[in-house]
Amino acid sequence: MSARAAGGAAFAEALRDAGVAGLITLGLAAPMLGLVTVTKPEGLKLDPHWPRVAVAVAIVFVGRLILNLTIWKPGRPPKTLVKPKLEARLSKLAKLLAPAAILFAIALPFLPGVERYAVDLGILVLTYVMLGWGLNIVVGLAGLLDLGYVAFYAVGAYSYALLAQHFGLGFWACLPLAGILAAFWGVLLGFPVLRLRGDYLAIVTLAFGEIIRLVLLNWYWVTGGPNGITGIPRPSFFGLEFKAGPDGFAATFGLPFSGLHRIIFLYYLILALALITNYVVIRLRRLPIGRAWEALREDEIACRSLGINTVNTKLTAFALGAMFAGFAGSFFATRQGFISPESFVFMESALILAIVVLGGMGSQFGVAVAALVMIGGFELFREFKDYRLIVFGAVMVLIMVWRPRGLVSTRSPTVFLKEKKAISGSLVQEGQG
Amino acid sequence: MSRGHPDAPTLPDDVLLRVERLTMRFGGLVAVNAVSFDVRRGEITALIGPNGAGKTTVFNCITGFYKPTVGRLTLNRGDQSFLLERLRDHEISRRAGIARTFQNIRLFGGMTVLENLLVAQHAPLMKASGMTVLGVLRFPGFAKAERAAIEKAKGWLERIGLIDRADDPAADLPYGDQRRLEIARAMCTDPVVLCLDEPAAGLNPSESADLNALLRSIRAEDGVAVLLIEHDMSVVMEISDHVVVLDYGRLICDGTPALVREDPKVIAAYLGVDDEEVEQVEREIEERAS
Ligand SMILES: Nc1ncnc2c1ncn2[C@@H]1O[C@H](COP(=O)(O)OP(=O)(O)O)[C@@H](O)[C@H]1O
Ligand SMILES: [Mg+2]
Repeated sequence: MSARAAGGAAFAEALRDAGVAGLITLGLAAPMLGLVTVTKPEGLKLDPHWPRVAVAVAIVFVGRLILNLTIWKPGRPPKTLVKPKLEARLSKLAKLLAPAAILFAIALPFLPGVERYAVDLGILVLTYVMLGWGLNIVVGLAGLLDLGYVAFYAVGAYSYALLAQHFGLGFWACLPLAGILAAFWGVLLGFPVLRLRGDYLAIVTLAFGEIIRLVLLNWYWVTGGPNGITGIPRPSFFGLEFKAGPDGFAATFGLPFSGLHRIIFLYYLILALALITNYVVIRLRRLPIGRAWEALREDEIACRSLGINTVNTKLTAFALGAMFAGFAGSFFATRQGFISPESFVFMESALILAIVVLGGMGSQFGVAVAALVMIGGFELFREFKDYRLIVFGAVMVLIMVWRPRGLVSTRSPTVFLKEKKAISGSLVQEGQG
Repeated sequence: MSRGHPDAPTLPDDVLLRVERLTMRFGGLVAVNAVSFDVRRGEITALIGPNGAGKTTVFNCITGFYKPTVGRLTLNRGDQSFLLERLRDHEISRRAGIARTFQNIRLFGGMTVLENLLVAQHAPLMKASGMTVLGVLRFPGFAKAERAAIEKAKGWLERIGLIDRADDPAADLPYGDQRRLEIARAMCTDPVVLCLDEPAAGLNPSESADLNALLRSIRAEDGVAVLLIEHDMSVVMEISDHVVVLDYGRLICDGTPALVREDPKVIAAYLGVDDEEVEQVEREIEERAS
């Protein structure tokens, strides 16, 4: 074949590909951009805006054609942004950065120039860090795709709210109970679904998350339905309440009363909870149960041949992951003082899962960084409203193209004889369950 | 200690595993048809037969991956006997003491060689970690048990010559090393019977010789009976004490290597040749075996 003919074939292929992309855009843009609902005196009407659709299709078609002819030439080698050598350095850097990050987190409320907003943001980020670390057990270590993680977060939050409301229990008494209840629901969900694998498991866990939310929404006389539960007791400093007056926290310690005390206390509370989660997960990884989780992710059949009870092993992963979500949930309830089913929608599960996947499945440090970037970024760009979601999607796509295994993609062995060598992510299985 | 099944038949002392009238159907296909044989203590038993004869299916029944359609599988541990068809797959390894490898190697590729051998010691380590609770709280008993487990793993790594690669991911090992690692991993579960599904497949002659030495040492030093599926007749003739031949799911011969080698039915079936060619094939096998 002559070079000219080959060039012609390549052009035809590029044109065809751009055409397909244009058609997909047409299909998506026609209802989303082309039709706008407006309220008119005679009722809801659709206003057509076809020029917008034409512009969107044209941009995608021309853009894709140009990319096909320039950067995306056929047969180009797959590009990796990070070479293995740099990869090793990155994971070393992560080791140094982790203690620094913890020190920074401890000092944050007292750093000069840190206002209430920053501490609040810190609380939010740390909540997601904790949730990410908890979900990491299920997804990162055991390789079970759970799309309904927020259900356990909800169980924790409602457990605390209801126990406090009906039995007058305090936060510290409810925290373990909320964890245990969430773990119990984790096992309950686990029993029927752990026979399923891959996509099926993902769908059933997703449905489970929705069922819990719908129950909360409709079980009116227990959960208050869409109105939620209000007046959830705020946490006390080991019995001392954060209030103005002679027996409040500020007066006891001879401080002037400030609303910030409670915020700072909440901040340290979630920091402590998150660090405990981290410690436990790191410790679990080095125990036989943690190795069994990872082995399960690598090869379930081999596990069975080695006498590992795979059902129990998966159930423990589900239960422990759920337990940490339960802790985080009761923290959420005490922080907000108000909860309703709106806080536990599927988007939350997706966000937590995105944090785990972007962070690098199984990597504690990567998950923390991903939570900081995603939640922090989400809050900082609040004024961009829904455009944030577009940027969010674009960032996800970019990271998955360049670093398909997340920010920290290497696996660190749990035990070694002579030298601890990081294992390249390409050798590590992601799990089919 | 777990108790065996009281209604299991009493086997002669030297019989470790008895397979009786084992039948496995997949829909209309009878993959294994009324097969009976014994695996005796301290012996290497070879299970041979052409592709599709049902050898792997027999393994899957013995190790609990399939529930046999018909048949009784009895394992005699001396003080207690088990009916394998009643045990779930993970109990077969843990309670009955049957370990296996797979025709397509199944290592934990993203874990290190050492980690692979520790996963195999899951049951005792799990106990030592107080079902995880004591382990999280860093009780000293677990650290001691883990050191012992690492020592055992080191012992096996030295035996299979992989001690220098202990900290490398298993997926990075060459094929032959992966095969030996899988055997070491199975042995780390402290089995009484080791079932190997085509352990010599894809090995070069020197690796194959190493494998034979390893299997002999497992029989002699560890006192573990070996049941192996093998295609390479030279390996079978050289190391096995007892050969069982399957063809189309049926047992066609059961005896010493010498007996099996002489059996024209085996030669015809195993090599899938016509009767006229049997003599020639016989000569070839003779040459190979000598
Ligand atoms: N899970 C299964 N479902 C259906 N047929 C199977 C299954 N496993 C094995 N078979 C069939 O059983 C027969 C024996 O297979 P196998 O035991 O793998 O043979 P061998 O290991 O001797 O080569 C083959 O015809 C195979 O297709
Ligand atoms: Mg086979």
